[in-house]
Parts: sequence; C-alpha cells; structure tokens
Amino acid sequence: MSRTDIEHLRRRARRHHRASRVAVYLLAVLAALGAAGPFIWAGITAFKENRDLYRRSNNPFLFNLTPTSEHVSYLFNSTDFPTFVWNTLWVGLLVTAITLGLGLPAAYSLARLDRPWSGPMAIAIFFVYLVPPTLLFLSLSRVVVAAGLQDRTWSLVLVYPTITIPVSVWLLMGFLRSIPKDIEEQAMVDGYSRLGAFVRIVVPLMFPGVVAVVVFAFTLTASEFIYALAFVSPSGEKPISTGVPTALVRGDVFFWQSLQAATILVAVPIALIFNLFLERFIAGFTHGAVKG
Amino acid sequence: MTERSLSPPRGSGQGDAVPPQAPAPVDLRVRRRFADRDRLLAWVFLLPSIGYIVALVAIPFFLAIAFSFSDVTAGDPSFDWAGLRNYQNVFDDPVFWRSLRNTIVFTVVSMALIVVLGKVLANILIADFRGKWLVRFLVLLPWTTPVALSTIAWLWLLDSVFSPIDWVLRELGVIEANMYWLGKPDLAIGSVIVVHVWRLVPLAAVIMMAGLVAIPKDVQEAASVDGAGFWRRMFEITIPLTMPIIAVAALFGAILTFTDMAVVYVLTRGGPTNSTQVLASWAFFRGIEGGDVGQGAAIALFLFPLLLAAAIAILRAVRRMDVS
Repeated sequence: MSRTDIEHLRRRARRHHRASRVAVYLLAVLAALGAAGPFIWAGITAFKENRDLYRRSNNPFLFNLTPTSEHVSYLFNSTDFPTFVWNTLWVGLLVTAITLGLGLPAAYSLARLDRPWSGPMAIAIFFVYLVPPTLLFLSLSRVVVAAGLQDRTWSLVLVYPTITIPVSVWLLMGFLRSIPKDIEEQAMVDGYSRLGAFVRIVVPLMFPGVVAVVVFAFTLTASEFIYALAFVSPSGEKPISTGVPTALVRGDVFFWQSLQAATILVAVPIALIFNLFLERFIAGFTHGAVKG
Repeated sequence: MTERSLSPPRGSGQGDAVPPQAPAPVDLRVRRRFADRDRLLAWVFLLPSIGYIVALVAIPFFLAIAFSFSDVTAGDPSFDWAGLRNYQNVFDDPVFWRSLRNTIVFTVVSMALIVVLGKVLANILIADFRGKWLVRFLVLLPWTTPVALSTIAWLWLLDSVFSPIDWVLRELGVIEANMYWLGKPDLAIGSVIVVHVWRLVPLAAVIMMAGLVAIPKDVQEAASVDGAGFWRRMFEITIPLTMPIIAVAALFGAILTFTDMAVVYVLTRGGPTNSTQVLASWAFFRGIEGGDVGQGAAIALFLFPLLLAAAIAILRAVRRMDVS
C-alpha cells in the first residue's frame, strides 16, 4: 500500500469519526430536550406574570414581562405545599426505616443462608413486586378503615412498605452477592456468631448498597399515587403526589405558575440524587438477577 | 457500572489459606453449630417480611376476589354474597369494554415505542461525550419525577388555550384554531400514550444499559476488526446478545403502563366521555368515587391474568440470561 493510500484511508477514517461524533451530540441534545421539554416549559411558566401567561399571542417561550417570583412565594405561603412536602418526607423516612429493618435480614437470609427454599422464595418476593397497587387499593382501603387510619397520613406508613420491601430485598440480595462470603466466614472463625458477623461485618460493608436502597425506597414512596388518593382526602394529611394535583386546583381554577413551580421543586432534587446512585442501582439489579 | 465501589478487597485470605487437613474435631463441631443456627436464623430473618407481605398483599388480594362477589359499598361495608351480579353489571357496561380495549391499546403501543426509543436512548447514554452528566440528568427527569407531578407539566403543555405546541403550529401556519389535545378522543388517546412513553423510556434505557455494559468488549472489537459496521454490529451482535434484557425492559414498560392510573386520572380523568378510561382508572372511579367496592374490585381483577402472563415472561427472560 502506498503512502498516499494510507493517507487517504486515514483521512476517510477521521471524517467518518467526526461525522459520528456530530451525530452523537445531536442525538444527545435531542434526547435531553425531548425528556426535559415539559419541565423547561414548566420552569418558564413558574416565573411568569398572569398578564404575560394568559395572552394567546405572546411568545410562550419568552418572558414578555419581567419574571416574577410571586407565584413561588404564593405556593409556600398560601397553599398547603409545605405540609405536603413535610408529609412526604416523614412518611418516606419511616417507610424507608421499616423497609430496611425488614428487608436487610430477609435479603441476607435469601442470599446467604442457603436453604432449599431460598430460590423459590426470592422469586415469590419478586412476584409480589409485580402485584400493583391498582389491584389492591380497594381491599386495602377497607383494611385501612378497619385499622382506624382512614384519612390519615399514617395509613400510608402502614401500606407503603408493601411496595418497597420486595424491590429492596431484590436489590439488597444483589449487593450481598457482590460481597465475598469469605469475609463473614472469617469473622465467624474469629469468634463472631452468624448474627454478629451480619450486624458487625456485613451491614457496614453493604453501606453503599443500603444508601442506594434508601434513595430508591424513598423515591418510590414519594411517587406513589393511587393509595394516597384512595386513603387520604383531607388536604392537610396529603403527601406531595396527590396534594399538588388535587388540593392546588380549586374547582376549575388552576394556579398554573404555582403548580409548575411545585413540579420543578420536586422533580429536580429527586433526579439529582437519583443520578448520583444510578450506577449502583444498575449493579444491584444485575447482580440480583444473576442467580434469582 | 460495576461492583468496583461495592466489593471490598477480597478477605484477608486467611479463610482460604487454612489447609484442608487442618480442621480439628472442634472446628467441625463449631461448624455444625453454625449450620444449625443458620436454619433458624434463615427463618427468623425472613419471617417479618413474609408476615408483612402476607398480611398486606396476599390477604388483601384474596379479599379483593371476595369483594368482587359481594355487595360491599363504602356506605354499607357489611359482606353479603352477591354471586356474579357485579360481573354481570360490569359486562353490561360499555365503559368497561372501552376501558379494557384502551388498556390493551395503550399498553401495546407504548411498549413498542418504549422498546425502540429506549434502545436508542441507551446507546446514546452509553456513548462518550462532553456534558454527559447533564444530559443524563435531564433524560432521567421524566422517570424519577412522581408521575402525578410530571403529568401536571403535560396537562399545562397540552392546555386547550395556552398550549405552546399550538402556538408553534399557529405561528408556522399549520393550524388556524387550537388542537384541543385533551378534548378530542383520538388526540386524547394519543396524548396519554405519549406521556406513558415519555416517562418510561428512561427506565427502559437504564435497564438496557445494564445489558449493554455486560457484553464483553472484545466481542464488539473483534467484530469491528472483521469489518462489521455500526448497524451490522447492532443487529447481528448487540441486539441478539441482549435480547433477554430487552424483553425485561419491554415487560417492565408494559406492566407500568398497564397498571397506572395517575396519568389518565390527572390528564383526562378518563374523558372526553370515557374515551381514555382504562381498567385502573375505571375501577377507581367506580370503587372509590362511586363507592361501589364490589364492582370496582371486579373491574380491577381483570388486570390480573395479563399481569401474571407478563410476570412469567419476565422470569423466563431472566432465566435465559442466566444460561448465556
């Protein structure tokens, strides 16, 4: 092959490379805009004056009048939004604690204490994850009434672990499998009991996985809709997911700017935290699946 | 993307280093004691979770079946056998058939779109480029945001008067009057599907990324050296190798579309005139807002056979991943 041939090939490869780079960037920008579009629109809306927003001829993507934060402060000062946030937070924390308290030992039992029934049981738990709230909300609403928790946020604390426990057990099993067995066997040789090895050695090693599960369980409870809608109707007891769409709408009057501000204020922090742990979720799910 | 951050350095090695002839009788006895305890511990560790799930998933599930044969209402919760009356009433109601059809149509169409777009998105997210973190953050927003809230963003995006989409179309001269996205049955159905696809594509992409990462790099490289181009590698290597995980992503997309009622509830409330009603939302309107628990339960139970089929399919796909 002559030198010019090589030169020619090299140039073609470079051109090809550059074209594919452009394509990657183009697709990435398109994907980002497609996914975030509604949120960008919500973000613009949240800071608009009424006179600017409700005029059909105005360019909706620009601020035709100076931006205002009055609707954001309305959201915090004149609506139940802060209560919703607070309800979601404490429900989420309690549910996460219950989930870990029940889920960690269960995952350990299934992943480590090899019993003949471990495999089928793990699969049964996975199936429970697939039983949706839509199938259970009617009978659970009677259970909630029977427990005297109707119209109270506590009903959600009772019910949400049914959603979070199965998926958390599945994730935790995945994380457990990535910890070598020798470590706790060594601890037991050193005189720890099985329980002691689990509490003192395994749980600390699982810390990253546990944090990931905390985030996951928390976001699951924050997004849940149908139970919260079916069990809790007084505005002051509602979490964000039902409070914002139902209580911030008065009849046919939509406080659009405040509604959109609420959406952004909830969406962005959750997505940020989730992003930090994305790789861990992927690791947990794939490990959990390897030997289901 | 690996267990890099998770797996601690491998033991102190002493456990492995014990020579096989070393275990003394004492050691054996200790071992056996541990084994005995393990059996007990395995149950003690598992029972609280099992108890919780039985009490709040299994029993309510059978309760739902029982309710569907009863005359329980919110006002009169006493249980009286009603035989097949609820099912009779449900079948006689054209809205039920409409909901059933909508549920299936929404699920099938969304699933197809979710798989194709999720695959594209997974390939984008796995490529190297600058600003990847920001793109990933923006792309994941639809999935991580509580459904009811992101649907509110869509409700405003599709507003009958102030929709920016209508504004753009008007400026371009494509339309004269507004589209009324949520006011016409066909457009409303399309809108619901778009919202489902939009919120679930990121999840499908994340699941597929996990699969893409698992393909050994050398397979790709070998094919590349052999002169296989991007599309050929895609269709002859990547897709066949990750087929099981693509199936898992598809089924998750299907299950989450099929069991969801938040999108329909917030976006259209089943309207216009029940044309976007799905089983989940219809069961809610009947059972909670209408107070007819028995009928609502009967409607919701129609989700179950399809769900079971999807769950078994997921499990099969996961099993096939194990073998390969």
